[in-house]
Amino acid sequence: MAASGSLIYRQSGWTRMTHWVWAVSLFFLLLSGLQIFNAFPKLVWGKEAGFEYDNAFLEIGAQDVDGARQGYLDLFGTRYDTTGWLGLQGDTVQAFPAAVTIPSTRNLAFGRIVHFFFAWILVGTLAIWAVASVVNGHLRRDLVPNGADLRKLPGDIADHARLRFHHTRQYNVLQKLAYGGVLFVAFPLIILTGLCMSPSFNAMAPWLLDVFGGRQSARTIHFLTMAALVAFFVVHMLMILAAGPLNELRSIITGWYRIDPEPTPAKEDAQ
Amino acid sequence: MNRRTLLTGASVAALSGCKVLDDARGGTLGAVMASANSLTYRVHRALGGGHTLAPEYTQADIRQGMHPNGSTNPQTADYLALQGNAWADYRLEVGGMVGQTLSLSLADLRAMQAQTQITRHDCVEGWSCIAKWTGVRLGHVLAMAAPQAGARFAVFHCFDAIERGLAGEVLYHESIDMVDATHPQTILAWGVNDEDLPVRNGAPLRVRVERQLGYKMAKYIRRIDLVADFTGLGRERGGYWPDKGYDWFAGI
Repeated sequence: MAASGSLIYRQSGWTRMTHWVWAVSLFFLLLSGLQIFNAFPKLVWGKEAGFEYDNAFLEIGAQDVDGARQGYLDLFGTRYDTTGWLGLQGDTVQAFPAAVTIPSTRNLAFGRIVHFFFAWILVGTLAIWAVASVVNGHLRRDLVPNGADLRKLPGDIADHARLRFHHTRQYNVLQKLAYGGVLFVAFPLIILTGLCMSPSFNAMAPWLLDVFGGRQSARTIHFLTMAALVAFFVVHMLMILAAGPLNELRSIITGWYRIDPEPTPAKEDAQ
Repeated sequence: MNRRTLLTGASVAALSGCKVLDDARGGTLGAVMASANSLTYRVHRALGGGHTLAPEYTQADIRQGMHPNGSTNPQTADYLALQGNAWADYRLEVGGMVGQTLSLSLADLRAMQAQTQITRHDCVEGWSCIAKWTGVRLGHVLAMAAPQAGARFAVFHCFDAIERGLAGEVLYHESIDMVDATHPQTILAWGVNDEDLPVRNGAPLRVRVERQLGYKMAKYIRRIDLVADFTGLGRERGGYWPDKGYDWFAGI
């Protein structure tokens, strides 16, 4: 690395605290959510699930093929052999394997308890974060992309593609869009579709059920949003590794971040 | 810590993640997490009030028969006897904290003002099924029994035994609060999709609690008791599935 720039205080305590609470909550929500999914391992579209007709576009299960048990993933009518991963692991018939469910045994009751506990934590910290971020300016200063950001977008994409990272006080525009996408799109969507699976909540806001196209559609959108958040997590980890994990981790743990040295006029003269 | 240890640490955490809470269920941590259900219950009651209505659907939304689940063919001796006589000897008993105990035949119930609603049944497993239900408002029946002031829950005692334990048959039971018991869509249903309730769906009588999940909607109802608490009732969590660890409030 070139000569080090100065350390700046980049992340407020609110941002760091809520970031880590979300990290823990989303971990438990994901794995307990897969436990819940296993009780009805299909994704269907509409108000109800078809039993006498088929409105599923994704199904995970096990079937006998020539006398041998086989796990499968059925996606839009095409069946893939997923033995060992999905549908069947050893002698166990279940959609997602025990390695990615909480608890590791089949236990819908406790999976739901874990899920709803962390759902409250997620929603509570999101509310705290929203208030803090409006008050301390994090939202306006760091997250909402402005005109200059959007003009930098092509260059920023080119820089990321070349794994050339700039360490500045501000998030780059792709960061703003990614974090904004999580905070303003994925989180609200996954919370609202989760609520729409509640028959009690349906009675309070039946119109929201219609927005998502019915309870089963809401369940499907909930699942797909989860998949998008998992994809975000993977990219998030890769970007941290590529951009310098120690500096990135320090900033989200202690708040302090080392920025690139400013190019000085003196340097340019020397060239 | 270099990248390799970071990655290894992360993958170990992910692989062992499944087991992190395996031992928590029966302990303090499990109890703390389960207590979120009472927060959910209170918030839903505070925001939803007593009488927000579950969405109702149209005839066109009924695309299949009512999907049966749980007990679908009770084999207890007294149930089989009643079934063999086409429910002629069936009596719904209403008691507990009431001013007037009731014993109602199916004909008595059918003679009361009927209510029909097309609603969505949501199973705790995740599926939903839309059907048309016909019956009498539970609130109407309970009013005839003159509930005492201290009554807080309606407990449904059923004919079906999902399991046979060492102590004999474990009979299904469930309970709801008085808000749901008197809710305008809470009915004792004897009909589904314009037919008499078949055995697989809970004949002769089941309850519809439209703002909660399917396991609250007891089938094969034998007796309804109004109570102040769940003392002496199974593991005292208010229902067969709650006794097994499921949340008592199943509005979510």
